Formats: sequence, C-alpha cells, structure tokens
Amino acid sequence: MGHRFLVMFTVAIVATLAAVSAAAQSSPQARKTRASKPWTPPLTPDGQPDLQGVWLSNRATPLERPKALEGRQYLTDAEVAELKKRADRIFKGGNSDFAAGDNAFLAALANVEQYKNPNISTGGSLDMVEREFDNRTSLIIDPPDGKIPPLTPEARRKQAAAEVRQRLLAGPEDVNNALRCITFGVPRLGGNFGSGPYSYYRIFQNQHYFVLFSEIIHEARIVPLDGRPHLPRSIRLWNGDSRGRWEGRSLVVDTSNFSPKSDFMGSAENLHLVERFTRVAPDTIEYQITLDDATTWTKPWTAMIRLKETHDAIYEFACHEGNYQIMVGMLAGARAQEAEETKKQRETK
Amino acid sequence: MLIRLLWTSILMGSVLAAAANNQQRHNRTMQGKPDLNGIWQALNTANWDLQEHAARAGLITSLEAAVAEPGGLGAVEGDEIPYLPAALKKKQQNFETRLTADPEIKCYLPGVPRATYMPYPFQIVQTSDVILIAYEFAGAARTIYMKNPPESPADSWMGHSVGHWEGPTLVVDVTSFNDQTWFDRAGNFHSDALHVVERYTPLGHDALDYEATIEDPKVFSRPWKISMPLYRRLEKNAQLLEFKCVEFVEELMYGDYRKKVNK
Repeated sequence: MGHRFLVMFTVAIVATLAAVSAAAQSSPQARKTRASKPWTPPLTPDGQPDLQGVWLSNRATPLERPKALEGRQYLTDAEVAELKKRADRIFKGGNSDFAAGDNAFLAALANVEQYKNPNISTGGSLDMVEREFDNRTSLIIDPPDGKIPPLTPEARRKQAAAEVRQRLLAGPEDVNNALRCITFGVPRLGGNFGSGPYSYYRIFQNQHYFVLFSEIIHEARIVPLDGRPHLPRSIRLWNGDSRGRWEGRSLVVDTSNFSPKSDFMGSAENLHLVERFTRVAPDTIEYQITLDDATTWTKPWTAMIRLKETHDAIYEFACHEGNYQIMVGMLAGARAQEAEETKKQRETK
Repeated sequence: MLIRLLWTSILMGSVLAAAANNQQRHNRTMQGKPDLNGIWQALNTANWDLQEHAARAGLITSLEAAVAEPGGLGAVEGDEIPYLPAALKKKQQNFETRLTADPEIKCYLPGVPRATYMPYPFQIVQTSDVILIAYEFAGAARTIYMKNPPESPADSWMGHSVGHWEGPTLVVDVTSFNDQTWFDRAGNFHSDALHVVERYTPLGHDALDYEATIEDPKVFSRPWKISMPLYRRLEKNAQLLEFKCVEFVEELMYGDYRKKVNK
C-alpha cells in the first residue's frame, strides 16, 4: 500500500515537474539557449561584436499572426515539420507562382493545392529564395497578439487617399517609392520586401561606422557610432538619419528625420525607428525593429527578424536604369483608362 | 665621446620626430593598412571635361551663369585621349548632344572613374575583407573585395571591383562594365570592354592621390591615365546626405505621361 502511494506521489511530482518544464519550454528559443553553452560572438579588432558578412532575411514567419493561429505564439516542432512538408510540395514542384513576403507561410498554413498570386505574378516558385520555417507565428513580438496596432483616424484617411492616387496615377509621384526606384524604404519589413529575394544585406563595420547595405537599389545606410547628434530637424531624408551605439552585445540604431515623402506602411516624417542588431549564433543575427509614430499607430510596435548568414555575394541592383518602360507603361495605362472613362461618360450623357 | 653621445641623441631625436611625423602623415588601421576611411571629394572640373578646357557657355540659356562650364587644366596625362577614329567621331557627336545624351542627366549610375570626380562627396568605409565606397550621387555604391572575390555574373554600371595593397596604395582592378556610362559631360565614353585600374595613395592625412588607368581596345588605341588629388571633407559634422536624383528627373523622363489638367 505504502509502496503504491509512493509510486503515485512520484508520478505526481514528475507530472508537476513536467508541467513546469513544459511551461519553461514554451519558447523554443529559451529551450535552445539552455541546451547549448552560452555563445559569445566573435569580436572585431577594436573589440566590438562582429556583425559583418552577408545576411539574408529568409524565414517564412509572417509579419502578423494569422487568424488561424490566434493566441498561439509558437508552433510545435511537429507542426513546423508539417508546414515545411506542405511548403516543399507547393513550391518545389514548379506549379505555383512566386510567393514573396508572408505568402509562402500562408499558403502552407492553408495547405493549398498550388499557390496563385492574386496580383501580377513575378515568376514561378522555382525562382524563390529557400524559406525557412520555425516555431514563431509572427515577426511582431509586441504587442503580444502579434498584430500591428490599429491605425489612427488620420492615418486611415491618409491611406485611403494614397490608394486613390495609386489607382489613378496622375503623375510619377503617385507611384509608390519602390516602383519609382527611389527607395525600398527603411526598415525593410512586411509586404514583399521584408524577406526572400529582396532582403540580402551586407554589414560593413569598423570603429567609427556601421553600414547596413541593402542589395536592392544599392542603398547604404551609413551609421556613425561617434555619438554625434541627429541632423537638424529641417533636413529630411527618404531613409531617415541614423545614429548608432553599442549596448552590451547589441548595436542600437536610432533613426529620425524621415521625409514627408518616406512611406513605411503610411508612416513618414513622424516615424521614430529604433533597431537592435544582436549576433546570437555564428549564423544568426536577431534584428529587432521598434516603430513609434503616434500620428500613424495607436501605440508603438516591435518586430524581430532572424537574419541568416549566407555565402552568397551581393550584386548590383540597378533599378531606375531599367525602369523607363515600366513607368511609362503604368502611366500610359492610367491615361488610356482615363480616356476610356471619359468616352463612357460622354456616351451615357 | 661627448660628441658621439650628442650625435646619437640628435640622431635619435630626429628618428623619433620622423616617426611621429610619419604617424601623423599616414594613419593606419588596426590591421596596419593605410587608413582611407573618410568622406572625400574632388575639387576640379573633370566632370565637365577630363581634358584641358577654357570656361564655356552652358546649354541652357535661361540659367546661364549658373550652368556655364568652368575651365580646367585637365586630368589626362599628356591631355590626349587616344580614341580610335570611329570612336572619336562618336565622342564628338556625344559632345554635340550632351544636354540630352549624358547619362548623368537621367540620374543613371555614373560608373567608374566618373563617380570619383563628380561634384559630390563620397565615403570610404574600410574593413579588412571588403571596402565600401558609397557615393552621394544617385546613392551609387561599390564593394571592393580584398579577399576571395566572387565571380562577376554580369556587366554592371559600377563594375566589379577587386582590390589589393601595394605599400601605401590601394589598387583596385575594375572590370565587367556595361557600355552605358560616360567619363564626363563632354561625351568621353567607353565600351563594355572597359578595364580600369585605380590607385588610391594617401598624401598626408587629408588628401589622397587618385590615379586611374583606362583601357578599352574597342574605343582607344592604347591605355591612358588620369590623376588628381582627392580632399578630405574636414567639417566635424561631415556626412553623406541623400542625392536620390530619380525624383528630380521624373518630369524630364515621364512628364509626357502626366494627367493633363484642363484649363
């Protein structure tokens, strides 16, 4: 009898321990950290953590948590394996369209037969950069629901006006900044430009500067590390004005002075951006992005991207130089549509 | 004995002074390489015309004194650009049509060596494996590979740059160009067979000697060379700003497709 009791008691303790352990393990990252020895990043000759190299944002994790995964911060390993299997079936057969941004994850989650891009396809799935699936269900880590906070009424009005302009295209300035080949924006997050083929970076680093160089439109964000103040408020830049500093193992980049013509999801001159780059493994940088603009979002929000080291090289992406026919095509199309509508209006009168 | 001691101390003193002087003249990185980090700019009229030229009228009469072309003593060794006969004709034609034909007008990537001596600053960010040169004009940029250069997959506007050190000099071999860029506003041009070898040598702390040897058997009968000093931008707050000129050329390029406003 005593013996049975002992066994039951032991089972209860083990069960409790298992529950505690399961809670602690709910974050796969925490599990990994504990399993391996603490890792210290290599240092540059001047003693700073070395972030240099070519890096790629190729995780499949969507920016916002999909509705089907509401309330779940992490997938189980079995679920990740299943998504991976589905993605291989959908994208490695060659029957699907090119899936950029969140679309690879969402197609796997919906378990579609084949992925068809509802907009204009930019090619077939065989041209895709290999996307990696992990346990996270959104890049957004704050707010905890994994969603971009609601837009302010002012931002909603601005967004609606921009949608009208982009449909009518009265002139080149109504085309979005990326299609105009002016800038793919800062930061590169969300949409088609945050992951996959549009997100190769090279980091250059020395004692005085940190440079985040994006292959797409050869944009070099040159960040001074000498503690100098931001540019005067009157000088506004498409990609903002960045200043960096080290906080322990992390490089923190503070960016302001965005232009009224900048456009990160509708946020422009009032955007205050703070980015943190932390090398957490030989082949991984955790890249945390906090966006604060009270005129656009009802509260600040933060996303975390894992950049993966790649041995690919960065090549020249000459955008504007090859853009003439595309711009003319879009604008001429808008003029043709206008003429058509005018004709229809006359006929109905 | 006394004289010898005196002599030794004088000698040592001058050696130390020379060392200190040298330290000041040639900054070194932590890897012991010449330190080319900084924001630099040419201060000449090579972008108007690489060759000797007196000041001349510009091509937009309404803006005259603002766009007239300043004179200059030229940057070409011997002042002769050795064009093949057909190429010389093309150069002269380029000069006549430069107001519309110069790729700079359309904010296209400027190529090498032209990016170096356009009237905009550029920044060198030096690391041991790669060196970035970022130019203010059009946000052009080049990565110079100092170790394990990849193959160049295709021709490009800014070329494919592979560097090495020769004593105090950074030598950059640039290949894989397309045939779309010019050397200046005077219509000097090249083909896709262009090969440029650049040499950046510190002249003290605040200047560099810049040389570029230009070879293109489809356009020139022999290699030729340009040289000029580049100056450090000494402002304490010196910083490359954006010159994203696409915005400024859209009216020129796409203005005809703008919605007509009924008057």
